[in-house]
Amino acid sequence: MLEARNLECQRGGRVLFRGLSLAAAPGELLRIAGPNGAGKTSLLRILCGLLTPAAGEVRWRGAPIGALKEDYARHLVYLGHAPAVKDDLTATENLDIACRLAGVETTHRSLAEALGRFGVPEGPPLKRLSQGQRRRAALARLVLSAAVPLWLLDEPLTALDTGAAEGLERMLTEHAARGGAVVFTSHQDVRVEHARMIEL
Amino acid sequence: MLAAARTIVYRDLLLALRRRSDVATALLFFVIVTSLFPLGIGAEPNLLRAIAPGAIWVAALLSSLLSLGRLFADDHADGTLEQMLLGATPLGVVAAAKALAHWLVSGLPLVAIAPLIALQYDLQPALYGVLALSLALGTPVLSLIGAIGAALTLGLRAGGVLLALLVLPLYVPVLVMGAGAVEMAASGLGAQGQLLLLGAGLVLAAAFAPWAIAAALRISSE
Repeated sequence: MLEARNLECQRGGRVLFRGLSLAAAPGELLRIAGPNGAGKTSLLRILCGLLTPAAGEVRWRGAPIGALKEDYARHLVYLGHAPAVKDDLTATENLDIACRLAGVETTHRSLAEALGRFGVPEGPPLKRLSQGQRRRAALARLVLSAAVPLWLLDEPLTALDTGAAEGLERMLTEHAARGGAVVFTSHQDVRVEHARMIEL
Repeated sequence: MLAAARTIVYRDLLLALRRRSDVATALLFFVIVTSLFPLGIGAEPNLLRAIAPGAIWVAALLSSLLSLGRLFADDHADGTLEQMLLGATPLGVVAAAKALAHWLVSGLPLVAIAPLIALQYDLQPALYGVLALSLALGTPVLSLIGAIGAALTLGLRAGGVLLALLVLPLYVPVLVMGAGAVEMAASGLGAQGQLLLLGAGLVLAAAFAPWAIAAALRISSE
């Protein structure tokens, strides 16, 4: 499904990695591991097309992602380092807007269910919630993105408590079982079965 | 595609509503700057009448510039800009919607309040309409051109100053035509020509600026 060949990444004149190739097939979980500054975030940003690699290319179902543009973007969810939520909006508003921009249909019920699954309060603006709750509000998008085949998650477990982390691990396994692919980075030990490791 | 544009405009207006002080700052800035001229120059009606179009237009440029710095900076900082870059809609459409929202929040209030400001300059009531119309046609161009600058200077350390240096020269034609329209009307020559030119500028900017903003956003978010 997703295929990267001979990727090279340079940041600030330093080569982070060179000659990196990887492939994610449907139903596969890929975990990118490595020390701080090894280029895990850069690799994810290259895979979703936010960053152009110094060399090599990324292909989605055989076509280079540079040519696909929005057609590729519709097939992926990228959750980056920053939670990508607005502190002045409520969790429901944030989720609704994020989904609509990604081209995912929402209803009052689906939004409430998604937030309920992560236990995020719907009413107050996010600035009144804790860091972990904000993170959960961002992750709730995954519940509504079941039909999106490729998930790219940068440190999804950051700031989550054990319960939420277990819930997320279950969701990743479910997504793989549905035939989706997940590529994620993590420092913590993730209890996701069958996750293939890629060391940077 | 239009649904995504509506979503962006709705989101930015909602954010402006939740942070009313940000909106009020730019508007108050406009009111105060335009009030400084009559206070500093003194009550000389003929002189005030002569400088009114220029002074009001310069204040509008500066006020527009004031709110431009935050146009993409907040979205860049909290990661929502990345999500727009990865959205299902072409980035140009998103950029146009952002510029429209910026104008609704920072340009439209100026159009509405301009006749009141003109009162301080003893401008003839017949010219209020031309002044408001010139601002209505010109301020969207300011938002569109300014958004290109805001996107280019995104994430730079001295971004604010650089933005002003980059954008203000590009504002000059709008200033000349906008202030010119009111001056022409005041001298009885008719403002039609200048207003049509402003309108043409608006069409041109609306057609091309969104794609320039999109390209700039891609470069600065790498």
